[in-house]
Amino acid sequence: MAGLTLASPSAERRPAWSPWRETWRRYRRHKLAVVSAVLLIVLIAAVVFGPFVWRVSINDIDFNARLEGPSLAHPFGTDDLGQDILARMIYGGRISLAVGLAAMAVAVIVGTVIGALAGMSRGALGHALMWLTDLFLSLPQLPLLLLLIYLFRDGLKAAFGPEGGIFILIVLVIGGLRWMPVARLVRAQFLSLREKDFVEAARALGASPLRQVVRHILPNALGPVIIAGTIDVAAAIIAESTLSFLGLGFPPDVPTWGRLLYDAKDFLDIAAHWALFPGGAIFVAVVAINFIGDGMRDALDARRVI
Amino acid sequence: MLDTELRSMIDEVKDGRMDRRAFVQRMIAFGLTAPMATQILAIGGVAMAQSPAPYKPTKRGGGGPLKLLWWQGPTLLNPHFATGTKDQDGSRLFYEPLASWDSSGNLCPILVAEIPSIQNGGLAADGKSVTWKLKPGVKWHDGKPFTADDVVFNWEYARDPATSALTIGVYQDITVEKVDDLTVRVLFKNPTPFWADAFVAVVGCILPKHLFADYKGAKSREAPNNLKPVGTGPYKFVEFKPGDVVRGELNPDYHMPNRPYFDTIEIKGGGDAVSAARAVIQTGEYDYAWNMQVEDDVLLRLEKGGKGKTVYSTGGDIEFIALNFTDPNTEVDGERSSIKTKHPLLSDPAVRKALALLVDRDAMQKHIYGRAGRTTANFLNGPDQFVSKNTKWEFSIEKATQLLEEAGWKVGADGIREKDGKKLKLLYQTSTNGPRQKTQAIVKQACQKAGIDVELKSVVASVFFSSDVANPDTYSKFYADIEMFQIPMTQPDPAQHMRRFHSRFVATKENKWQGRNFPRWVNKEFDAAIDAAEAEVDPIKRAAFYIKANDIMWQDTVVIPVMHRLKVGAATNSLRPVLSGWTNDTDNIQDWYRET
Amino acid sequence: MRQYVLRRLLIAVPSLLGISLVLFIVLALAPGDPFSELATNPNVPPEVAAALRAKFGLDDPIYLRYLHWLSAMLQGDWGFSFVSRMNVDTLILQRLPTTLYVIGSAQLLALTIAIPVGVYAATKPYSIFDQIANTLAFIGFSLPTFFTGLLFILLFSITLDWLPFVYTSDIKATGFRWVIEQVRQAIMPVMVLGLFQAASMTRFVRSAMLDVIRLDYVTTARAKGLGQARVIVKHAMRNAMIPVVTLVALQMPAVFGGAIVTEQIFRIPGIGSLLISSILSNDTPVVMAVTFVFACLVVLFNLIADVLYGWLDPRISLR
Repeated sequence: MAGLTLASPSAERRPAWSPWRETWRRYRRHKLAVVSAVLLIVLIAAVVFGPFVWRVSINDIDFNARLEGPSLAHPFGTDDLGQDILARMIYGGRISLAVGLAAMAVAVIVGTVIGALAGMSRGALGHALMWLTDLFLSLPQLPLLLLLIYLFRDGLKAAFGPEGGIFILIVLVIGGLRWMPVARLVRAQFLSLREKDFVEAARALGASPLRQVVRHILPNALGPVIIAGTIDVAAAIIAESTLSFLGLGFPPDVPTWGRLLYDAKDFLDIAAHWALFPGGAIFVAVVAINFIGDGMRDALDARRVI
Repeated sequence: MLDTELRSMIDEVKDGRMDRRAFVQRMIAFGLTAPMATQILAIGGVAMAQSPAPYKPTKRGGGGPLKLLWWQGPTLLNPHFATGTKDQDGSRLFYEPLASWDSSGNLCPILVAEIPSIQNGGLAADGKSVTWKLKPGVKWHDGKPFTADDVVFNWEYARDPATSALTIGVYQDITVEKVDDLTVRVLFKNPTPFWADAFVAVVGCILPKHLFADYKGAKSREAPNNLKPVGTGPYKFVEFKPGDVVRGELNPDYHMPNRPYFDTIEIKGGGDAVSAARAVIQTGEYDYAWNMQVEDDVLLRLEKGGKGKTVYSTGGDIEFIALNFTDPNTEVDGERSSIKTKHPLLSDPAVRKALALLVDRDAMQKHIYGRAGRTTANFLNGPDQFVSKNTKWEFSIEKATQLLEEAGWKVGADGIREKDGKKLKLLYQTSTNGPRQKTQAIVKQACQKAGIDVELKSVVASVFFSSDVANPDTYSKFYADIEMFQIPMTQPDPAQHMRRFHSRFVATKENKWQGRNFPRWVNKEFDAAIDAAEAEVDPIKRAAFYIKANDIMWQDTVVIPVMHRLKVGAATNSLRPVLSGWTNDTDNIQDWYRET
Repeated sequence: MRQYVLRRLLIAVPSLLGISLVLFIVLALAPGDPFSELATNPNVPPEVAAALRAKFGLDDPIYLRYLHWLSAMLQGDWGFSFVSRMNVDTLILQRLPTTLYVIGSAQLLALTIAIPVGVYAATKPYSIFDQIANTLAFIGFSLPTFFTGLLFILLFSITLDWLPFVYTSDIKATGFRWVIEQVRQAIMPVMVLGLFQAASMTRFVRSAMLDVIRLDYVTTARAKGLGQARVIVKHAMRNAMIPVVTLVALQMPAVFGGAIVTEQIFRIPGIGSLLISSILSNDTPVVMAVTFVFACLVVLFNLIADVLYGWLDPRISLR
């Protein structure tokens, strides 16, 4: 490929062709994806820098302002203890987004590596990795979470403070246990792709297995990985709220978006705003990340002409 | 003066020289309420008045189905194996005790002809035995007669450790003997002022000897009738799916006239409290739902124009914050919160008093518990004759601040008070549960304003309340500075409720943290009051001892009562459930009917 | 092929043993015990719970408990539930039909929505249809099922009063009415779960189709003059099915395992609600049995997926 670029007559006028630059060019063509990327950055900035702008405490109780709708004092309204929902969402958003993004990162990285290894290996390693995947798929998450909290809470609390400790635990358990479907998907793609003509050709030309994987197979297997990764963001945020539903998960005074939605559900016919804002925030984050994923998918798909 | 006069009056009633009504009127003249007067009579050993249950139906059956919704379904139907209220409730449809508690805490006869009393010779004057006269003609659902042998068998069954009955605590220290086919006698080792424990209410349900005799001891789990109850109750067993549904149908041979009213009965399990409330109050799909732990705002909203309403019954359940008197952060002989240590902050009475001033019970009642809670300063909140009038509570951040200032706790640079280098930082633990976390938040905010830093911790209920010795997060290990939960009162008597804070029950590593005095509070005066009360047969003196014990706890701020909790159910408008705060919801199921 | 399947089945035995050991250790180490509900009940002294713990073997060393479990299991004895003192297999079998019916229908619904919608959306990327399908999918998987379930209840049961929201495992009616009632009470849970699953599945199908739809052989097929529908179904879909088969194989064990949240909301007496109540009450024998059967299904469906890959793409060599 490098040779091709050099031989190109246009090489002198245009900047050197690189696959990444090309991908970026293609990505920019996908308008929704660009808008979504901006949106996600705004969202992250809001939860990171929000507390410096919106200086209302997340647990100030005000019984005179219970279940109030949006107003100037409380732009997103208040909950049943009169706590400010905007402040709580800014705070909880950090956790929700971190859980979601961590889940995505773990799923994509761990899942791809394990899936690729299992897909390429024809011997014991492949079996062992699939065994590991099966094991993790069958581990019941809730007892595991209880066990991990029990084993590591005090240690993590000592190291990172009470909130930091439980934060790391939840991110690890919810985010860390979502790589198995990706591994299976990648392996299945690999089983098929490694027999395809173009890989055959590369192999015949003496490409090392690593080169075969990185240059030829992986780019063609990324479609489902991106989809799985972007769906995992939503799945992890929701999984965290489901833990609240079952009485586990974050301490209830840590208002993650999922937790807010859970707390709001009984008040749906009294104070709809309470559910609307966190629900909306989850939706916006999910949509943004999925469009970014779509954009990346299209940009990486060499056959698609944009 | 009142004391002696009272006693002589009780004697007069016992001897029949004064009638009950006159007694009650005299008592009211003394400034006592009518229920209190009956209570005093009751404990004084007089046959309890049948509360005139306004049971209206004039024939058996015809009421159609009764559909109950429990958000945790019964998982087993052997009352001796019940691991929770839900199981006791399910088996109570089919099995019956000798007597049950009514709403004001009186005993009502179920399988007995009359309630034992000194007057009818049922109670021994020395308080060491009770004789129960069984109702003649009662039949098991399979047609066999119910006799004294069945009662004696249940005692043998439950007290055998190999049976693994959870009711063993009730039966292991008594002796039960058959006097004749319809008479049994319960013998106590020591004078027992509160004799109505064995064979009464939920722990007293009687299994048929002829079906369980072969399954006493190690084989108890194999009894086929564990899943197919054959009892004496108003309903006969139809179907059972653990955790899902229990079904029964009218027992045509039931031993009480005109009862039961309903033709079939079912308890459906699962789901959550709010949707259970919806199914009863909003859609009327079900007739009654149990244990409505739901914010009052939500319930009020549902009740507007609904098909049902919430119903409340008062008992003695108390939600409270316990203070740790030992140091949870220092390990002594491999044990934290060891009785050999003193809590660095909470051993100062000023800190404890300040904390009590910082618990805004009014706000909690108004915004969390609503109609299901009453504010109180007492740990002991019922029955009425045991409730202290000497205590009071107050919420005042100013007074708390002043108290801490006077005791030398000065605000440091970070806004947290300190004294001798010790910062006022507390770890506040409880089980994971909506209202509890809100209470935590309210307490934390008040503490912050007074310069006390509070860290909140919540533990999943199944872990918090487990007896797992290796587990550091249980309420009995108490590796925190303060903790909050609820203690139910399962009978209208304070003996078990108050005994737990006796110094001999301090939870230690040695007793595998099985002691129930988890604040690890030791007070000789309190111990003496409890010891005296337990040996005291005289009801008035006994009540005085318990009031004194409660007051000592209040003076010493051992616990901070958060809320005296009422039982809440939801019922459709036409249903007339008979409920009591002193027992389970289904304990008087034979008296339920529907107004047409 | 037969040899391959046989060999894989043989490998499955030790790998399941390994999985069972890990599961057992996780469950045994998890804190708590089945008697917490009575902890504060003054009528049950703490010694009673302690004695029961010892009697149920909860205080034995873990390796002993595991060997105990394994040897009983090999003889077909699943043990008994600490909470209901019933045999575990009876408990599970009692709940299996409901789970299969409700969760199975939901998975079917998910597939019948996801495959056509995903395929059609992929043939016309960024058309109005595609955009709508995507947006609905995003809403579908960004709302937790406990929330959509509640919305459904508020709308269909409380406001409109069309559907019951408490599931009854045995309806008293007979014949045609029985069928109607069965369907009526399953509509909401099946929709809630099915739509949630369909949302993410649609995204996968669409992406998988997009991956193959522009491949040379599809273009060739089209050039040969084959009709669009035929090209899509015969040529493109078959290749796009590999990720879909993987996903379906991942979902199938859930048909047995149930859906905890959906079952909880609608009070469906399925395996999911049994599992969660057993987990919360630390009823280890039940949790162990359910998760172990689940693990077996995971391994089995992994194998089935592998066999299907070979059928979908004959070039995949299975050794």
